[in-house]
Amino acid sequence: MYAIKVDDLTKNFNGNAAVDHISFTVDTGELFGLLGPNGAGKTTTINMLTTLLQPTSGYAEVAGHDVVQERDAVRNSIGIVFQETALDNRLTGKENLEFHSVMYGMSKRDRIDQINQVLDLVELRDKADTLVIKYSGGMKRRLEIARGLIHHPKVLFLDEPSLGLDTQTRRHIWDYIKKLNKEDVTIIMTTHYMEEADYLCDRVAIMDHGKIVAMDAPSNLKDSLGGDIISLEIKDQGSDDLIADLKGNQWFKGFDRHDGTLDLKVSNADKHVPEIFLAAEKRGLSIDSVNLRKPSLEDVFLGFTGKTLREREATQADRRRERSIQRARQ
Amino acid sequence: MRILNLKAIYILWLREMKIFTRAKSRILANILTPLIILGALGFGLRGATIPGIPASIGYLQFLIPGMVGTTMIFSSTFAGMSVLWDRQFGFLKEIMVTPVSRVSIVLGRMMGGTTTSVIQGITILLISIIVGFRVLSVVSVLESIVLMIMMSAAFIGLGLAIASRLRDMQGFGMIMNIIMLPVLFLSGAYYPLTNMPSFIIYASYLNPLTYGVDGMRGVLIGLSALPVTLDFGVLLAFCIFMVLLGTFLFEKSEAV
Repeated sequence: MYAIKVDDLTKNFNGNAAVDHISFTVDTGELFGLLGPNGAGKTTTINMLTTLLQPTSGYAEVAGHDVVQERDAVRNSIGIVFQETALDNRLTGKENLEFHSVMYGMSKRDRIDQINQVLDLVELRDKADTLVIKYSGGMKRRLEIARGLIHHPKVLFLDEPSLGLDTQTRRHIWDYIKKLNKEDVTIIMTTHYMEEADYLCDRVAIMDHGKIVAMDAPSNLKDSLGGDIISLEIKDQGSDDLIADLKGNQWFKGFDRHDGTLDLKVSNADKHVPEIFLAAEKRGLSIDSVNLRKPSLEDVFLGFTGKTLREREATQADRRRERSIQRARQ
Repeated sequence: MRILNLKAIYILWLREMKIFTRAKSRILANILTPLIILGALGFGLRGATIPGIPASIGYLQFLIPGMVGTTMIFSSTFAGMSVLWDRQFGFLKEIMVTPVSRVSIVLGRMMGGTTTSVIQGITILLISIIVGFRVLSVVSVLESIVLMIMMSAAFIGLGLAIASRLRDMQGFGMIMNIIMLPVLFLSGAYYPLTNMPSFIIYASYLNPLTYGVDGMRGVLIGLSALPVTLDFGVLLAFCIFMVLLGTFLFEKSEAV
């Protein structure tokens, strides 16, 4: 049984497709990740699945309910932790949780039990009666995760759960998310941290420009690149010759150029580094540095989109800036 | 799904109450501002003969019901402001993803806003009575509270309608100011409209505050330009219309 089923889902804003005909399914009990740079359409997807935005076209169901036709049934079965804080900081932590549990129609006894339980879980019991405005960023995040769980959602949405958190709190929250998932909560999360998706998710969908460019288990995605990666810092001129020399070898799987480095995809790379050095020396090329690594999801992203995540975010930021300048001129 | 979810309405109301009682400076400002205007105008113009105000009543007596109406309007705009506040701080999303009917959400907000406004209106009225405002009877105070509730609900409806179309708080403040100035000055809150050119008098009949203030004066000091029952009736109609409009537009608005 699917916890989430998305078919050809699209959202346009002023004619621009923020989410562009995407389709995927998430199994019950799965921990599914949407990975991509800012502006890839992850949050828009989440907003449609959680009934906050109306899709322009396409179909989606969550916990067996149509997100357009059966909004209340969907709302009843989900919990959400938003990307930006969505707490009332003029209330205490406990009051925020009480508000939430009453809105979800819980009985008084359930409320008291559950609120104490989730407060213990995120270790905020002793801060329960403090105004949220006095909480740190990590405490707010934990409170929001606690709130997302009070009403026993079947499906939990986490939009960038560890955004802006320090390493220690991030670890804490990761462990917590794993624990939750073991208790049969289906989790769908967005992130633009590769290591987060790698560590947590059973499967990830890589999003770019509103489309899903790849979807599989993180290990399969990495294997699909067909080998390890050797990054060489090398002058561009002459590197074509080097590649031509290497192309004959069976272990050579391909290459990529970006940021002034040359990435070679090589199977069993540790065995072949000396050969590559010899070939470079023969061509009279000097290698400034070398880095050998197992592929990460970052490389997967690069493989599918032709850009690193950071480059993509930079160009998107540029485009946003251009757009706002244009708007200011109009 | 139930259309009216009483527990949810209650918790939304309770939230407004908690926020209200915690914002001490806001309460103080909301009560002091009308009192200052009241003191300045009331005492400054004491003894002046203004056409339309019988000498037996005096300007201060005339002005107090108008000031209570002014308070209703100003405090009611806070309900719209609070929607924008929630939008800005993300809390609106938290409210909108809950399985509570949108009508209940609007009603909860309205009741919260109305309660805080009426508390402020009553405070102004009580302070005025303590310093010498002569009301007809206790019943007339109760009747004036009914009018206060209707005025504040009507203007909260207006505030919600405008807030659901807007994103930023400054824009909301400016628009509310532009609307509020003519509403206040064309309501007869500060002076009788009988001195105005006739087209302004006609325009004032479209203004809900006209009926609110006139009704307040009718029940509190027995001076009204229109029959008091007409004031109640028209204000109620305005109130229902604004509440429906506010609910409709709030329902249509998107949370993100």
